[in-house]
Amino acid sequence: MHIPDGFLDTKTIVATSALSLLGVGRALRVLKTQMSPRKVPLMGLAAAFIFVAQMINFPVAGGTSGHLLGAVLVAVLLGPSEAILVMSVVLIVQCFLFADGGVLALGANIFNMGILATLGGYYLYRLVALPIKSERGKFVAVAFAAWFSTVLAAVCCTGELAWSGTVPWSVGFPAMTGIHILIGVGEALITALVLAAIYATRPDLLSIGAASGAEGEARPLGGVLINGSLIIIGLVLFVLPFASRWPDGLEKVASAIGFNSKVLARPLIPSPLADYHVPGVGSLSRATALAGIVGAILVFGISFVLARIVISKPKDRIS
Amino acid sequence: MHHDFLDRFSRLDSPVHRLPAALKMAAALVCILIVVITPLRTIYPFPVVAFLLILVIALSRVPALFFLKRLLVFEPFVIVVAAASLLQPGGGMTCASIIIKSTLSLTTVLLVSNTTPFTELLGVLRRIHTPPAFLTLIALMYRYVFVLIDEMQRMKRARLSRTFVTRGMGSWRSISVIIGQLFLRSTERAERIFAAMSARGWR
Repeated sequence: MHIPDGFLDTKTIVATSALSLLGVGRALRVLKTQMSPRKVPLMGLAAAFIFVAQMINFPVAGGTSGHLLGAVLVAVLLGPSEAILVMSVVLIVQCFLFADGGVLALGANIFNMGILATLGGYYLYRLVALPIKSERGKFVAVAFAAWFSTVLAAVCCTGELAWSGTVPWSVGFPAMTGIHILIGVGEALITALVLAAIYATRPDLLSIGAASGAEGEARPLGGVLINGSLIIIGLVLFVLPFASRWPDGLEKVASAIGFNSKVLARPLIPSPLADYHVPGVGSLSRATALAGIVGAILVFGISFVLARIVISKPKDRIS
Repeated sequence: MHHDFLDRFSRLDSPVHRLPAALKMAAALVCILIVVITPLRTIYPFPVVAFLLILVIALSRVPALFFLKRLLVFEPFVIVVAAASLLQPGGGMTCASIIIKSTLSLTTVLLVSNTTPFTELLGVLRRIHTPPAFLTLIALMYRYVFVLIDEMQRMKRARLSRTFVTRGMGSWRSISVIIGQLFLRSTERAERIFAAMSARGWR
């Protein structure tokens, strides 16, 4: 999902570069004030590790293979600000050494995969893991967060392409998001499996990110505020304009051809959130947002079941 | 694992290699900028840039086949996304311009990275006042990528020689164990590196 040069237009390049500079700059400042020098070699090596881990093929049926992105993996292992820096370094080296991702598109790539995926996935994990006490539950939460990070990055990437006029949203969104919903499952599984493997040998390492990451408990409000705003600005700029109020494909065709009249006045199985609104909420966009949250919870439930089937308890030796 | 497999042509000798790194990076940036901001219907910059690139490739003694092979790796992705842009009105022009722009930019970056040792690229970044912590991260990453790739290859070979299941879901567990082990070895190595660097006065 590294965007090459030539796909984004000037305004998108400027906007994403500004957001990335802000995000990476802030991560650097946080680390400078709160980090011990001991962490620098660890982060450098983590960057090399992510790079190598991204090279490893996971066989998927049909001769294709999956790859790890690793944003949530690093965030859980090292902490969110550390993860932003690690992912940015990986992306920069990939850009200059491999031409994987354009030079001017670096801002967009860092924002999508280094900031949005990392922060979105990490904060979702922390949020979801709050009420969870069991270890296995926490692995499920990480898996969900990893899936979410992939899809989030894909959606923002589509928004950037659409904002540049390269690929229209109506074409890009179903294709990119659809594919990445599947790819995200791979990411979720791999992240959970790798964390389980690490946990089996060195359980103490999994507390590095959670407890003593530079974010830690020291500046909870400021950190969440700035990081959260970055995410929101990015999504508002690149995704929200495309939330479509038009009839979808089927409805459009139905009204064009005329079988619209066949729609039952009341559906056979009454649905609680018909048309993506929560009934009774005044504003349309808020109703849609609520429906989105409910949908996300449902997806989480399904991933939980799936992950349970695949991941064995961490206490069992993995061999 | 050759220590320079990532940029194995960067230490050859040619008129292009001898140019200062800052000049090459600045020229590449200008080139990519021109290519990217060219508005939709203008085409005259493209042949000029293409000619310049071919000239520099010829001067640089890096095998042209290498560039072709690298480009071939990325073209399929570019073409697929460009094809998606065909589905809008006026798409043909957009599609063609995307393919041309990204190919030219890719070649430019490949040129710079293969005619300049990576350490010199970092030197240029340092002179434009990139935060030193960031540069240290990049340098460390570059330095240890090869070591980790070696480790990973050894583990993969060990796994292949001990297991019959190389495809399908069952193999995901063992591959993940390899990645997990890689991380653990990385952390231990990082501790040793920190001790070594501190013992030599780094702070």
